[in-house]
Amino acid sequence: MTVTLVFLAVMMALFGGWLFSHSINVRPWEAQVTGRSRLQMPAGVTASRVGLGVFLAVATSLFALTISAYLMRQEMGHDWRPLAVPGLLWWNSVCLVFGSVALQSAWKAARRDDAGRLRLGLLVGGGFTIAFILGQALAWWQLQARGIYLSANPANAFFFLLTALHVLHLLGGLFAWSRSLLRLQRGATPRNMLPSIELCALYWHFLLVVWGILFALLLTT
Amino acid sequence: MAEHGQHSVPHAQAGEFDNMELVHPKTFLGKYVWSQDAKVIAIQYGLTAIAIGLVALVLSVLMRLQLGFPNTFSLIDPSSYLQYVTMHGMIMVVYLLTALFLGAFGNYLIPLMCGARDMVFPYLNMLSYWFYLVAVLILVASFFVPGGATGAGWTLYPPQAISPGTPGIHGGILLMFASLAVFIAGFTMGGLNYVVTVLQARTRGMTLMRLPLTIWGIFMATVMALLAFPALLVAILMMLCDMLLGTSFFMPEMLNLGEPSTHEGGSPLLYQHLFWFFGHPEVYIVALPAFGIVSDILATHARKNIFGYRMMVWAIILIAVLSFVVWAHHMFVSGMNPYFGFLFATTTLIIAVPTAIKVYNWVLTLWRGNIRMTVPMLFAIGFIFTFVNGGLSGLFLGNVTVDVPLADTYFVVGHFHMVMAVAPVLVVFGAIYHWYPKITGRMLDDTLGKIHFWVTFLGTYAIFYPMHFMGFAGVPRRYYGYGETTFIPDSIQTLNAFMSVAAIIVALVQLVFFYNLVRSYFRGREAGPNPWQATTLEWQTEHTPPRHGNFGTELPVVYRWAYDYGVPGTKHDFIPQNMAPDEVERADRVDQDAPGRLPS
Repeated sequence: MTVTLVFLAVMMALFGGWLFSHSINVRPWEAQVTGRSRLQMPAGVTASRVGLGVFLAVATSLFALTISAYLMRQEMGHDWRPLAVPGLLWWNSVCLVFGSVALQSAWKAARRDDAGRLRLGLLVGGGFTIAFILGQALAWWQLQARGIYLSANPANAFFFLLTALHVLHLLGGLFAWSRSLLRLQRGATPRNMLPSIELCALYWHFLLVVWGILFALLLTT
Repeated sequence: MAEHGQHSVPHAQAGEFDNMELVHPKTFLGKYVWSQDAKVIAIQYGLTAIAIGLVALVLSVLMRLQLGFPNTFSLIDPSSYLQYVTMHGMIMVVYLLTALFLGAFGNYLIPLMCGARDMVFPYLNMLSYWFYLVAVLILVASFFVPGGATGAGWTLYPPQAISPGTPGIHGGILLMFASLAVFIAGFTMGGLNYVVTVLQARTRGMTLMRLPLTIWGIFMATVMALLAFPALLVAILMMLCDMLLGTSFFMPEMLNLGEPSTHEGGSPLLYQHLFWFFGHPEVYIVALPAFGIVSDILATHARKNIFGYRMMVWAIILIAVLSFVVWAHHMFVSGMNPYFGFLFATTTLIIAVPTAIKVYNWVLTLWRGNIRMTVPMLFAIGFIFTFVNGGLSGLFLGNVTVDVPLADTYFVVGHFHMVMAVAPVLVVFGAIYHWYPKITGRMLDDTLGKIHFWVTFLGTYAIFYPMHFMGFAGVPRRYYGYGETTFIPDSIQTLNAFMSVAAIIVALVQLVFFYNLVRSYFRGREAGPNPWQATTLEWQTEHTPPRHGNFGTELPVVYRWAYDYGVPGTKHDFIPQNMAPDEVERADRVDQDAPGRLPS
């Protein structure tokens, strides 16, 4: 559980530090005339951004726990036979990088109020992501064709589990992406769509980082 | 339902959520079924949780009937007994207490106490409830599938949970997995709302260190639940793969009823680590909101500020952090490295420090307070007694050398029922008696409430206190019947019969509570806007019950913490959070005729 504990320690340290800065030298029992400032959080920390941040913490917890389980199972059983990771995964990874870059450009276009580039960025980003998912499915099929079955070995089972969990998160992202695309098609302005595009891009970057960690884990163990 | 008006108080200028667009449906279905109002969602959560909780209560009575009067009731066989144990535990921990504290009290109190109009994502909040309802329905459906509900114990340990011989290994366990997965998805939606609303939608002046402790408790419990529930999700997903796809995450090579299984090499211990990584924080997910609510009830009904507010906040945070590094104390008998056990025993005992700080602070809050022995106060004091008792027996079990002989005996059952069943349930009751006047506009009947308290409080001691002695005698838990044994004396059976009678009485007295709820809704004394003379914002709303949007045209401004009771230097018994210092001075000057009360 070391991986999970490290993640939690980082989370708690950040949260504790932030809270400490809010509670040190504060005398809660003293009544005071409230200042003009309405904002409880720094400007730019919007509810949707905080909401995404909290969701990413939940998703990170899920992946950290699965990785912990992976490493523990590897040590606990004597039946672990490392899996030769399909080479296709490198190409899939490139697709996901392109998807993330395209969504970043869509975010930039939304900030500049450029509808054309926004549409292009969204379409390319979604396209590469769908390519990544199809590529992962193809990798699964290749493994099956080579006789590497899910139930044959825990390393195989974890490969399928980790990649499936990651793809499921991407599918959730694609649902949000398709809603954004639909809104754009229906004439929403890029500026109005900025919050949702921003969340999509951040979510994609997060899933790219997660994939990077998972891929490195699969390659090195 | 009674409704009262109250004059409005100073208000803030518009912030991010001051003028949030609220959906104000006109139809009955829109208002009360597909509602996006956190208060309605809270009541939906509460009623559903209580309904499923009643099922679990009936299951516990059935268990007690078997234990108290063995072989008397033909409908209870060994398989169904195990199913009752399992479903009782799972329902009470997850579907009743978690849903009630976070889904019901969280939804009702967070926006009101923070000074917000609603949760920040109301649609997601509505979805959260409907996911919860579906989860409950799936769980109930498992009683009716062939083979019935799972009988694996609420911990659902593999290999037993999915191996032949365990009740409900086909439909029952599958539906349990499905129900938990839906519950976790729904909870995540709700939890996002609770956290973001507390962080983002507090009204002007409501700094973190002015938040009532109820909100601190619910907030930290939600943070913990959001981080801990994924462990349960991962564990059940992996066990599902073992069951349906033939993987061996948890399933070892073994003989099933004489036949070799298809699994090999899996580690049941891995499941235990994952499960308890969720399971132990779950104890505090239930306890922290209870801690917060008790703090507010004690301060309000003792007319005294809470002792050591900042210490209370940090104790909540410390407990939350520590509760993630104690999980393996549930696994002392699983054959772990002794040094590992020592480590977890140490962390477990360290948790006693912030917990004891809280208990001391509650007692010191009561010290020389102007205590009003109202029904909520009785339940809050009952909680302190019960929690201390349960906590002390926890010190026994936290030590490896004491835990080993007591593991899987009734001592453990007595301990956890005291500390995380009876104690939080007493808080649930206290909270309902405390906030019912705001929710409905009417007071609950005092006499019925006191009958309910005393029978429940004494009755639960009659049930669970003797279990500690049974544990010392070595009586194992989870057994349908004990038959002829040499180490269990006859007196244990007499004790079992006594406990069962007490359990039936405690179960029956809950009818008094429900009668009180229904009767008072129609005929209760009108409560007025602030019957307890409390300081927090939910008691300062324009209308009682508060309407959708909670406050009037403008949100209240907060000038002080939530514990200004008996403030030195003023004539007033309490000062609401939204009363400005100059207003208090003005009221002091004009309030010569009726000292001790603020003008309403």
